[in-house]
Amino acid sequence: MASTSTRGQRRAAALLLSPFFGLFTAVTLVPLLYAAWLSLFTTRTSGLGFGGAENAFAGWDNYVRALADPAFRDGFLVVAAYCAIYIPLMIGGALALALLLDSGLAKARSFFQLALFLPHAVPGLIAALIWVYLYTPGLSPVIDLLESGGLAVSFLSADNAVFSTANIAVWEWTGYNMVIFYAALQAVPRETLDAAKVDGAGALRTALSVKLPMIRPAVALAVLFTVIGSIQLFTEPKVIYSASTAIGSSWTPNMYVQTAAFQDNDFGLAAAASLLIALFAAVLSFAVTRISRRGSKP
Amino acid sequence: MTTSVRPPAPARVPAPGPVPPPRGRRRAARRPSALLSKTGVTALLALATFYTLLPLTWLLLSSTKSRQDLFGTNGFALGDEIHLTQNLQYLFSAQDGVYLRWVLNTVLYAGVGALLAAVFSVAAGYAFDKLAFPGKERLFSLVLLGVMVPATALAIPLYLLAAKVGLVNTFWGVFLPGLVFPFGVYLARVFSAAYVPDEVLEAARMDGAGEFRTFRRIAFPMIAPGFVTIFLFQFTQIWNSFFLPLVMLSDQDLYPVNLGLYVWYSSALSQGRPEDYLLAVVGSLVSVAPLIAVFLMLQRFWKSGMTAGAVK
Repeated sequence: MASTSTRGQRRAAALLLSPFFGLFTAVTLVPLLYAAWLSLFTTRTSGLGFGGAENAFAGWDNYVRALADPAFRDGFLVVAAYCAIYIPLMIGGALALALLLDSGLAKARSFFQLALFLPHAVPGLIAALIWVYLYTPGLSPVIDLLESGGLAVSFLSADNAVFSTANIAVWEWTGYNMVIFYAALQAVPRETLDAAKVDGAGALRTALSVKLPMIRPAVALAVLFTVIGSIQLFTEPKVIYSASTAIGSSWTPNMYVQTAAFQDNDFGLAAAASLLIALFAAVLSFAVTRISRRGSKP
Repeated sequence: MTTSVRPPAPARVPAPGPVPPPRGRRRAARRPSALLSKTGVTALLALATFYTLLPLTWLLLSSTKSRQDLFGTNGFALGDEIHLTQNLQYLFSAQDGVYLRWVLNTVLYAGVGALLAAVFSVAAGYAFDKLAFPGKERLFSLVLLGVMVPATALAIPLYLLAAKVGLVNTFWGVFLPGLVFPFGVYLARVFSAAYVPDEVLEAARMDGAGEFRTFRRIAFPMIAPGFVTIFLFQFTQIWNSFFLPLVMLSDQDLYPVNLGLYVWYSSALSQGRPEDYLLAVVGSLVSVAPLIAVFLMLQRFWKSGMTAGAVK
């Protein structure tokens, strides 16, 4: 009796898992392995390209080339600078807004929650199109406004490109994370908050010393997803790139990969660089999980 | 722009106070500053809302303008004439109505794709939560690995594989990758644990119902709200994706809206075609409006999904 039920469960599990794992293998594992294989070769096109491409085994050569290429490495620096601006602003902003909503002092709470979330319903590409218009001198009402106030800002210059990109991401993601943090705050037990009040903690104190530590897992998870997202930075700078010469075609690692593949037709290099990005993302998110897990266990 | 910094800052400044909360000194520390009053808090929230709504206002206003007004009048005011209907007509007739085709493609890529992805995710998540089978946790860590590999890092590997098997520049090259959603499996496992009590399954097993039947007839309806959440997540993910279609597709008839708008936008800049710029603006509004409507209608579901990860 017990054995038939176990067998039944196994059979059902196989049936229920196979569509996901079949496709997962086809569109995740196999492409990764195939890219790993291709990354070990370089393509040499003979003559005008009519003679057919010739694959030569290159070993680690593509990886060495990618890592030695300043353009690729600078891409990671750009992402690092972007993270340094974007993550504190966005997570800090989302936390502050969630705490304000949760403070019991806010009016029209559900309206604010929706209005602040709204940008997330806008696809990243469209968000970038809108903001780049607002960044373009001569078109942007924002620049006109700032200039009439005596401030000359050029959003699309090389110096400001990182900030301008980060601002688009802040706009897209602050409200989204605010909703998450707000929900986590609402799950904080009433008794804990009452106890803090009895102890004489004001609203601000309660927010910082009682509420914040209690939603730490939610914040850690949000940081993790933000980090994974940041490494993938592509859409926003790609749109900025078509509007401004301030940033190059390999400004971020993903842009580098695209340029290597479709401008230089260097698929071995593109595959190697893609895998390096994936590896970097996996290691980084593993580290973030580890650190936040250790931090939450007192 | 800097408004994003503003709201949190003032409330934060007076933070560093005396360190341990002195016990028993009741009501002593309650002196709310002006910023912590009802008006202060609401004003800060309003300021942040102003920042989020400003670009959307621009999009809405710009879509009603003629081409001259788009470039000649203030972006945060109405133009000299309302051109919305002409703009819409122009949008849907441009290049033999290619925009409608893009919308249709997007509905297939994102709508059908996310629907199937959600079914597969729920099936797998349920199996991970409720069924006993060997190697379970090892398989699940494979799923978590999938969560950690960034989607865009897969774009070039997918392109290379698709080139090998002849799927580059086909519908399937963009559609198939959308069917896999590892984070959905993770969410489904959480939902299954939360919504489907083990006793119900025990009872069904006692009655001699087969495992698959039990899943389909009893468990799936219980996870249904989670199903909608997973669907919405993957739907936005596919609707948002840009890198993959960009590398995979060259035939305009296969484009999703995103890619089409990008091509209009960049041709407006690189070839100096301002009429394409207008198309990109109006096309953006037309594709964003239904998304916002869907989000407003299905609030309950996306909230529960976003918070499932957070509360756990």
